[in-house]
Amino acid sequence: MKATLVLVALCATALWPSPAPSQPSAIRVGSKSFTESYILGEIVAQIIDGAGEARPERRFGLGGTGIVYGAIASGDIDVYAEYTGTIAQAILKTPAVTSVEPLRAALAPLGLTLSGPLGFENTYALAVRRDAAQRLQLRSISDLAKHPTLRAAFDPGFLERPDGWPGLKAHYGLAFADVRIMEHALTYPALANGRVDVIDVFSTDGQLARLDLVLLDDDRRFFPPYAAVLLARRAVAERFPRTWAELQGRLVGRIDTATMTRLNALADLDRRPFADVAATFLGDTARAPRAARSGRELLTPGRELVTLTVEHLELVVIAVAVAMLLGVPLGILAARRPRLAQVELMGVGVLQTIPALALLAFMIPLFGIGTVPALVALCLYALLPIVRNTHAGLASLDPRLVEMTTVLGLTGWRRLAWIELPLASVTIMAGIKTSAVLTVGTATLAAFIGGGGYGTLIVTGLALNDVATILRGAIPSAVLALAIHAAFEGLDRLVIPRPLRGGP
Amino acid sequence: MISLQRVTKRLGGQVVVDDVSLLIAAGTTHVLLGSSGSGKSTILRLILGLLQPDAGEVKVDADTERPSRSIGYVVQEGALYPHLTVARNVALAARAEGWEDARQRTRLRALAELAGLDGELLDRYPAELSGGQRQRVGLMRALMLDPPILLLDEPLGALDPITRAELQTQLVRIFGELRKTVVLVTHDVREAFVFGAGITLLNHGRVVQHGTFADLARRPASPFVAEFLRAQAPPPEMTREL
Ligand SMILES: Nc1ncnc2c1ncn2[C@@H]1O[C@H](COP(=O)(O)OP(=O)(O)O)[C@@H](O)[C@H]1O
Ligand SMILES: [Mg+2]
Repeated sequence: MKATLVLVALCATALWPSPAPSQPSAIRVGSKSFTESYILGEIVAQIIDGAGEARPERRFGLGGTGIVYGAIASGDIDVYAEYTGTIAQAILKTPAVTSVEPLRAALAPLGLTLSGPLGFENTYALAVRRDAAQRLQLRSISDLAKHPTLRAAFDPGFLERPDGWPGLKAHYGLAFADVRIMEHALTYPALANGRVDVIDVFSTDGQLARLDLVLLDDDRRFFPPYAAVLLARRAVAERFPRTWAELQGRLVGRIDTATMTRLNALADLDRRPFADVAATFLGDTARAPRAARSGRELLTPGRELVTLTVEHLELVVIAVAVAMLLGVPLGILAARRPRLAQVELMGVGVLQTIPALALLAFMIPLFGIGTVPALVALCLYALLPIVRNTHAGLASLDPRLVEMTTVLGLTGWRRLAWIELPLASVTIMAGIKTSAVLTVGTATLAAFIGGGGYGTLIVTGLALNDVATILRGAIPSAVLALAIHAAFEGLDRLVIPRPLRGGP
Repeated sequence: MISLQRVTKRLGGQVVVDDVSLLIAAGTTHVLLGSSGSGKSTILRLILGLLQPDAGEVKVDADTERPSRSIGYVVQEGALYPHLTVARNVALAARAEGWEDARQRTRLRALAELAGLDGELLDRYPAELSGGQRQRVGLMRALMLDPPILLLDEPLGALDPITRAELQTQLVRIFGELRKTVVLVTHDVREAFVFGAGITLLNHGRVVQHGTFADLARRPASPFVAEFLRAQAPPPEMTREL
């Protein structure tokens, strides 16, 4: 198994020069895959561009904290917007440390640094309707304890996390008449329609700007502070001092909660491109920011489709080709050595049970982010059907036909190339076809680690909760899967000897 | 010449060939006779070198480096490769030897003639042939390199009686012309009678009797021999009717 991993890695790196060292004058800006993070990434990129010291390179939509932090730790990105609470809990595992100074000190040995707080917090909060707030005199969370007849709807995450409802309930001694679990997006209409009275929100949620809601003050300090900051590689901050100063000057203390909420609403509710939203903010806070030149967002839909299709095809074709080059020999090896086969098939099978996102995340420390780790992960995923079918195809050949090869003096490669592989070709090709079609789907996850392809739209669409954008990625992906299937049916005619092909 | 001396072979924990000794002179035809499971095919595999004996010794006058040059092997239904044309199937051993195409074609034509196969069939695939034709192709493939030894494992087993009788006669003629050392496996007493100068009757992996058909019929070594022959003989009333 280890050997397989090493082989795959070697092969992938041989095919693809190791993560292209970005050009010396580029600063790589990352983001997680939710609206606020995209907007802050875009703002940072535009400021870098304006400072003129280095070119910004956008690596947005890199999944959650694990992936984007992995990327900055391994030097694949240089800066992104993070929250103090996340840094303390998820990254440094020191939940008690909450203010910027000690966090910055703790990050220094890791080669990282922090900006000052940007001015807003994105933390859990409880929201109520303004009319209810006035009627019941609700200003803070403690006020809720006096009204046990209220009904609440909470997101499943909030309901289960110790720093969510369970902790909050104990901390404030709260009790509600009814607590429902609801998908986060649905809690807003439920609150607006008066079906519930209290919901959990993120404090900068764009919806808050549009619905007439009141956020209750966390007067007894339960929620840990999630102040937004920029997390950056120290070397980069030192290398481009003017840019770093400009970022701090234009952002630290400049984005209050109301501003961030409004920006989120522009993207989430008005469907404005992230680059526009960022430019709006920069236009508000300073004169004449340079025009936004955000790569993907300004493409026409046609160009976008072509670019994404090329990226996606590249991922699928290379991953499946490498998986074939490795998988067929591995399958042959397994068929030759029944005892090795056990271990090998189990190893490839275990790979398949790793959730695709986790496998992608494992790739980051090894290969960074972008196309290479995506290819390696996809290739590992593509292996199983190929290895298994090659092994099964060869192991199930009529033993009399195999025995006859020896009698006829066919040994080594002749036996394989003239007899065994052609006889097993139907099964082997079926495995390759399965693998290719699966890979088209799995490749949409590559966008989570900056691998590009149709997944870029799906990830963005998920962040915006925008079905149309998700479909712009999902539909071409389904079409591509069908096209790949058809292409392989064609390949069958070339590879499988006529008498072995089914049908008329 | 082929010789087995006190050969024993176990397969799957069971003695399949039990202390068998056998001597087959060069240029003669020999029949291994016995009911299904008596160890006949295993003896052929031992001669082919596909299996090694657990005890005893197998000696074959053959090129030990390249046994394919010395021994041809025909099995029931031919065991032809379905993805290759008849010509490709037959020429496999020659291709492995690096024969030129022209030489392969000449040999193919000669073999088709010998085996009585229509030359047009050479470009067909096995699935497009009749059982008798497939059997002829199997024989051609075994003879491609003109090996001095020919082993046939129930070559006519899967054929209808008419085709079977026809091929039987032709095989007897071919063996006569070729003067090869032939070992033919069958469970059919009449086939043994038609082919065999020498017959070895096997039961449960043991040799029951060596001899000509006349020896077996007139001087059976044990009641089993007489019983084996009688079980397959047509009843006298039927012979009279015919
Ligand atoms: N590879 C094997 N593994 C285990 N048993 C085998 C194997 N090959 C043959 N046998 C057994 O050996 C016995 C003799 O087989 P075989 O030589 O094919 O007999 P025959 O050709 O006379 O019918 C049979 O009982 C068969 O089941
Ligand atoms: Mg047999």
